[in-house]
Amino acid sequence: MQEIVRKLAEKRAAAELGGGLRRIEAQHAKGKLTARERIELLMDSGSFEEWDMFVEHRCSDFGMKDQSIPGDGVVTGYGTINGRMVFVFSQDFTVFGGSLSEAHAEKICKVMDHAMKVGAPVIGINDSGGARIQEGVASLGGYADVFQRNVLASGVIPQISLIMGPCAGGAVYSPAMTDFIFMVKDSSYMYVTGPEVVKTVTHETVTHEELGGAVTHSTKSGVADRAFEDDIDALLMIRRLINYLPANNRVAPPYRPTPDNADRTEPSLDTLVPDSPTKSYDMKELILKIVDDTDFFEIQPEYAKNMVIGFARMEGYPVGIVANQPMVLAGCLDIKSSIKAARFVRFCDCFSIPIITLVDVPGFMPGTSQEFGGIIKHGAKLLYAFAEATVPKITLITRKAYGGAYDVMASKHLRGDVNLAWPSAEIAVMGPKGAVEIIFRKERGDEARIEELTNEYRERFANPFVAGRRGFIDDVIMPSQTRKRICRSLALLRNKKLENPWRKHGNIPL
Amino acid sequence: MFKKILIANRGEIACRVIKSARKMGIATVAVYSEADKDALHVALADEAVCIGPAPSSQSYLVIDRILEACRTTGADAVHPGYGFLSENAEFAKQLDLAGIAFIGPGIHAITSMGDKITSKRLAQEAGVNTVPGSTEVIRDGAMAVKIAKEIGYPVMLKASAGGGGKGMRVAFNDEECREGFERASNESRSSFGDDRIFIEKFIEQPRHIEIQVLGDTHGNIVFLGERECSLQRRHQKIIEEAPSPFIDKKTRALMGEQAVALARAVQYHSAGTVEFIVDAERNFYFLEMNTRLQVEHPVTEFVTGLDLVELMIRIAAGESLQFSQTDVKLSGWAIEARIYAEDPFRNFLPSVGRLVRYAPPAESDNVRVDTGVYEGGEVSIHYDPMIAKLITYGADREESIQRMRRALNEFTIRGVAHNISFLGALVNHPRFAKGQLSTNLIAEEYPDGFDATNVVHDDPALLITVCGVIHRRYRERAAQISGQLPGYEPQVDQRWVIVFGNEHHPVTVCPAERGYDVTYADLTYHVESNWEFGQPLFRGSIDGEEVCVQVERRHLLYRLFHWGTQVDMLALSARAAELLSLMPVKEPPDLSKLLLSPMPGMLASMRVEVGEEVKAGQDLAVVEAMKMENVLRAERDGKVANIVATVGETLAVDQVILEFE
Repeated sequence: MQEIVRKLAEKRAAAELGGGLRRIEAQHAKGKLTARERIELLMDSGSFEEWDMFVEHRCSDFGMKDQSIPGDGVVTGYGTINGRMVFVFSQDFTVFGGSLSEAHAEKICKVMDHAMKVGAPVIGINDSGGARIQEGVASLGGYADVFQRNVLASGVIPQISLIMGPCAGGAVYSPAMTDFIFMVKDSSYMYVTGPEVVKTVTHETVTHEELGGAVTHSTKSGVADRAFEDDIDALLMIRRLINYLPANNRVAPPYRPTPDNADRTEPSLDTLVPDSPTKSYDMKELILKIVDDTDFFEIQPEYAKNMVIGFARMEGYPVGIVANQPMVLAGCLDIKSSIKAARFVRFCDCFSIPIITLVDVPGFMPGTSQEFGGIIKHGAKLLYAFAEATVPKITLITRKAYGGAYDVMASKHLRGDVNLAWPSAEIAVMGPKGAVEIIFRKERGDEARIEELTNEYRERFANPFVAGRRGFIDDVIMPSQTRKRICRSLALLRNKKLENPWRKHGNIPL
Repeated sequence: MFKKILIANRGEIACRVIKSARKMGIATVAVYSEADKDALHVALADEAVCIGPAPSSQSYLVIDRILEACRTTGADAVHPGYGFLSENAEFAKQLDLAGIAFIGPGIHAITSMGDKITSKRLAQEAGVNTVPGSTEVIRDGAMAVKIAKEIGYPVMLKASAGGGGKGMRVAFNDEECREGFERASNESRSSFGDDRIFIEKFIEQPRHIEIQVLGDTHGNIVFLGERECSLQRRHQKIIEEAPSPFIDKKTRALMGEQAVALARAVQYHSAGTVEFIVDAERNFYFLEMNTRLQVEHPVTEFVTGLDLVELMIRIAAGESLQFSQTDVKLSGWAIEARIYAEDPFRNFLPSVGRLVRYAPPAESDNVRVDTGVYEGGEVSIHYDPMIAKLITYGADREESIQRMRRALNEFTIRGVAHNISFLGALVNHPRFAKGQLSTNLIAEEYPDGFDATNVVHDDPALLITVCGVIHRRYRERAAQISGQLPGYEPQVDQRWVIVFGNEHHPVTVCPAERGYDVTYADLTYHVESNWEFGQPLFRGSIDGEEVCVQVERRHLLYRLFHWGTQVDMLALSARAAELLSLMPVKEPPDLSKLLLSPMPGMLASMRVEVGEEVKAGQDLAVVEAMKMENVLRAERDGKVANIVATVGETLAVDQVILEFE
């Protein structure tokens, strides 16, 4: 017995060293933490419980028989973040370059299965050279086993991926299936094929960083939801994100007390919208002034900036915010912003997070690049997502709500629960000038007449009353009262019950 | 007394005048340009009249528009404030013709004091000291030395056509004087095509001290002590105080006598200011007389207990002064700091935009805020960037400084860049504390401009302690989240490492009665505060001593502002702090290789192409902001490597426009 205890301690010590001190040093030299260090920072201190520390690979080809490291390149287990349970797997680059063997995949599957059973989020930390080539198809099978679980867990438990090293080839598809992907600047990259293959096939010369670095994916491709400065920044910020998410789709999002009064007024919001309809303003100011404690966790802050999305709290309860940003492209809807917001709306709907939509949208972006790129289908994704969502939906029109974009942005017609407007709201088919030029086609060229008619049109339609008369707007509120009104509406809707008709699943325009 | 006063001005001074008029029961009329229709002075006045488009040349400076506004509103008097038409004799004349009272001095005083040569001559005639110097053109080195000897060294050789420091030479002896003459005349000839040189006494460590005078239309003239305005940046006053820490009773009396003599010589009535330059030996020389209310008049109001605007109104209405010189008693000490919407970090470039947050400190018997803006208002590019004045009062200078330091810590502005940190650093400067002021102080102490992140804090323990408590509060709240595993609720840690710069500062933060006990570097501090999450001001006390620190939470960082310092602090567990040393140090990008947008705006045009060689000073791009075109020029020679922004694109502050090789 004592012998076994001694051996256990030895084995544990060996396992904890992963690929050994030399490789740990190499990992550190790259500015990266080890798999275990990462878990240590992610979890509440001392809360992590490791599983399968003694699992080893079963490969005997290519000399693998003599090289076996307990744990086999991935650290798995569970722990707590602010006392709430989460499961984690963290690939260990010091062990066979973090490559995925059959046994490695089994460990990941095990925690995912457990997470599904108990209903807790899974956080995957990716730092892997790819498939364990020595194992061949067994490794590929391992990937697919993980993918299948990602899909079945989707919408049941939150899944978060942190890319903290290489993640290439088929391996990218596990993170791609999860709810959020976060990357670390300068030390992580994701791509389907690397720069060498790109060079041979398309003759493009490109660096790892340019092709699939954190900046690329958080600004150009939209694959990543956010890029962090370094490992510590990423891990500690993920702890904050978890605070907004429920453990699974059957429980309510977590409440956290706040000293911020629900009836706090913000007089400065009364001057937020400028007089000139062409002048922009920062929608984020509105967000920060109405949410609890000016605390807003933005998702995809550097991508499709004409749309702002992210999490906040109102009276302590998490909300998802979807807002047009007039500062960028006048806040119009285009392919990127539609996809960005659609995915976020669906996430919130999966996990019972009420959606607050702040609207200032002049319409869809015109042009061949948009039409050729399929704006019809991509715009439809956002429409579909808002229409399908059954969580409480509160919409506030601050200024423009023109055309089809008005319908899309969580309008009353899409089962908006409470639809409010500021006095500056203009709900119309299009801007006054454009409308007049169509209605009074014959008058075109007569500038003075057009201006007169435009003013007439503006007076008649560029206000919230036309929509109010039809009940498309529940009330017109003073901007300074916004927080109070939204908080009350959320309180009203806290026990909202709404179900979509039974079906296997809808067919969102992909 | 007047029934209705129109204020021909905007901003804080218009608001200031309205306040006194209202106190006297007089109705007020504001005038405003189109850009100012939502401005504070418009909201405060009883009536408001739009007088034209945004540029002041088409609104605030148009005499006819103001007269028209007087007529339509029936105003019987006009207060001009400072700047704009306040020293415009024509304006005073027109008002006079229209039978409207001008709340200011007589036309003769305005004209004679408005001319540099006339005013200097009148001053000399009235027995006022003027800077000794030659009135004739210097012919050669020998003549220069002769005159310099008469004046007394050091002297300044000045090109008649000079400007911007060119053609100026200081000489401390005969040799330097001869040599300086040659150089100055050569330089002047090549720069201005004019080699006429004059000699004047050179004032070392000059101080700017001015006397407030007040006269009525019945010939009574008094002076109300002095103000020292030596803290200037490029002739722009920054901090003023009354009394001056430098001059003594005797000098004050002499300066006052001379100022009154000059005022008498021009039959001065209303409030006016005689400005002097004072040297290290307390010799003072007349500079000029301002025939209007000064920006810095509140410091005089604090130490005299008088309301200068009210007195100006009464005098204009023909009342005589109800007190004489012997009744004027100066007591206590007042300091004024001017709050400018300009960015010290960007070479004090004026900053425009929306005041996302604007919360001045609360006013009291000892703290006064003269402000022309409000939270949610707009700072426009069209006018002076001074948006407010903060004035503090104390029994002595020390107390007044302490109150100023505290008030500056509380002054919160977000959305536009401002100089509050710079003011904080100035009033915290040892030279300021000792009263060793000079108009060169800012140039000497901040030769490379000002960056709040470089200001070393006197008491880092204070910032560390505050950061520790704030972090602890966030951690405690995080631990209150619902959905925890019962029986496994997390314990809030007490030990943290506060990291800033490259230094690690371990602290222990424990709850204590009504607050926290923070142990840092073997000392324990008791902190009490009612600060709540998201609030920009951490107010409270450390060991019973009042403290107010501005705090901004940016991702993981806490950014603190206090006493002119700005620091970013990170609060980490001991383990995270240990691992932090493994994180790569990321060099900030080399900004000299980039052209950044200095303001939010729209990229109107590019003036260069990729691959183009550019010379320093060459136009690179045009950014349109607030309907104004701002040309961005190359700071040094280089070659354009890449144009990042596209024409028509909306630019954020610091967004990269192009890259150099």
